[in-house]
Amino acid sequence: MAKEMLKGNVAIAEAAVRAGLQAYFGYPITPQTELLEHLSKRMVELGRVFLQAESEVAAINMVYGAACTGVRVMTSSSSPGISLMQEGLSYIAGSDIPTVLIDVMRGGPGLGNILPSQGDYFQVTRSAGHGDYHPIVLAPASVQEAIDFTVLAFDLAEYYRHIVIVAADGQIGQMMEPAELPEMRPVNEKRPEWALTGAIDRDPNIITSIYLEGHEMEAYNLKVQAKLKEVKKSEARWVEHWTEDMDLLVVGYGTAGRIAYSAVEEARERGMKVGLLRPQTLWPFPEKRLSELTDEIEAVLVVEMNAGQMLEDVRLAVSGQIPVGFYGRMGGVVPMPDEILDAIDTHYKRLAIRLRDKERV
Amino acid sequence: MSTTVCVPNMEVVYERPIALADVHTHYCPGCTHGTAHRLLAEALDELHMQDRAILVASVGCSVFSYKYFNVDSCEAAHGRAPAMATGIKRVNPDNIVVTYQGDGDLASIGIAEAIHAATRGDNITIVFINNAIYGMTGGQMAPTSLPGQRTNSSPLGRDVRSAGYPMRVSELLSQLDGTAYIVRRSLHDAKNVRKAKKALLTALKVQEAGLGFSMVEMLSSCPTNWGMNPQEALQWVEDSMLPYYPIGDYKVIDAVRELM
Repeated sequence: MAKEMLKGNVAIAEAAVRAGLQAYFGYPITPQTELLEHLSKRMVELGRVFLQAESEVAAINMVYGAACTGVRVMTSSSSPGISLMQEGLSYIAGSDIPTVLIDVMRGGPGLGNILPSQGDYFQVTRSAGHGDYHPIVLAPASVQEAIDFTVLAFDLAEYYRHIVIVAADGQIGQMMEPAELPEMRPVNEKRPEWALTGAIDRDPNIITSIYLEGHEMEAYNLKVQAKLKEVKKSEARWVEHWTEDMDLLVVGYGTAGRIAYSAVEEARERGMKVGLLRPQTLWPFPEKRLSELTDEIEAVLVVEMNAGQMLEDVRLAVSGQIPVGFYGRMGGVVPMPDEILDAIDTHYKRLAIRLRDKERV
Repeated sequence: MSTTVCVPNMEVVYERPIALADVHTHYCPGCTHGTAHRLLAEALDELHMQDRAILVASVGCSVFSYKYFNVDSCEAAHGRAPAMATGIKRVNPDNIVVTYQGDGDLASIGIAEAIHAATRGDNITIVFINNAIYGMTGGQMAPTSLPGQRTNSSPLGRDVRSAGYPMRVSELLSQLDGTAYIVRRSLHDAKNVRKAKKALLTALKVQEAGLGFSMVEMLSSCPTNWGMNPQEALQWVEDSMLPYYPIGDYKVIDAVRELM
């Protein structure tokens, strides 16, 4: 299909429709509302289920219910709404139900504002609810990636019977750029064998997240951990630029990663040996690749639109072997390439001094 | 394991409903959850709905109700059963979707979900067990606890000046246009148990006919947490609960009358 000018939120919604979305339940919140609005037209047009819920709490539980019957279902929200969905997400995770969630992140904490932010990194990667688990988290840096990751999210959710979150910052949701939508996939009418469809000629299917006996709960926990280990092994995704010959590695995702690309490109033109790693999956974080690169570089600079959240994952991967610097903007302020370039310059100079001192020794 | 004892030349007049699982329940002696379970299972059997019913269990004493019915079931978060049921029903309009909720679950933490499912006219059935107390956590004050009722979190009796008044859920929901059938019944004696069964049959027929939201509230006993023996508890339902929560039909739309 040809490229067309698409707004991120609309592109995500249409990509979900074409991926075979059967039901959508959501609640309006800026900056993701266009997504809900688009689906309110398209889903009805196609004879599929659209419902505006009374709250994000209800929306995620409607999603849970519909997903228990084995259909492709999704909700979307933005940071404060995702906070409200944490309870439902935990129950979904605790019963291995495939679910797709779109988070178009905004500034916080509290009501915060409606500007682009990456302040949800912790809340989406660390657990997204109580109990021991991580959702799979995809972070698009363009409208095209938002489309591609939305389609991928459904496939991963069903393959692993797990929650997949597309964590787009408000910039991705609100901006327009040329992108290509996928072909319309037929809706999959076949229900998986675990789904609640009515116990016709079989024993009842039961979906629950309660295990009163400690050893039973732990056995389930171990099962989830084994699944997550497999996800970690197979699903880490990232892109890298100029990483063959570099002293300083910049790490950034989503809009921050995209702006960092411009800054790194300029730094290269100025003769600095800088590379860029842009994680596309925030969980699993591409820790193995970063750990490999750590052996070849002298320092890392993390760039985020928050106070330093992925920074912790970078530090874990680097494991104290080299210095890790940070440049972040908060409150919905999007960094300019020049600011990041300045940060690169500062860290690069420090690095040069350190390297010189090392040579003297 | 069969529960039917076959004696030659004798007619079977009482047996376990197909929709009721052949297992022991965890309910306390004298608790009316068992009665309510049996009534729902009988109703599902009589309407041949067992193989297309989907039950949404809730949080509270009925948390394990999904184990006690031979139907596809799931377990909702506290209070969220109506939202979950909405999700299920919207994508599976041919299934019969029933939530089974207590008063803490429905009238306190889940009142928003209940009200909005009702006002949308979602075509689901709620079985609402009102025993005026939080049973599973050991007898704390519920939104339906009566004024002056002593519980483990209102040891001096419910003081309406600080704890507010009990909530009459059937009356409340019946004010919403989306509702088709809202009634209150009681499980304190045989006559009322039979009436409760009839109400469940009607509620399920309402759903089958696609007429909208239906709810059967059942006044129930909790001997353990009320500190009574089973007989005293049933008497307390009659003497104390009935005056505050009158049995009655709070909403019966015309189309429902034709089904009754």
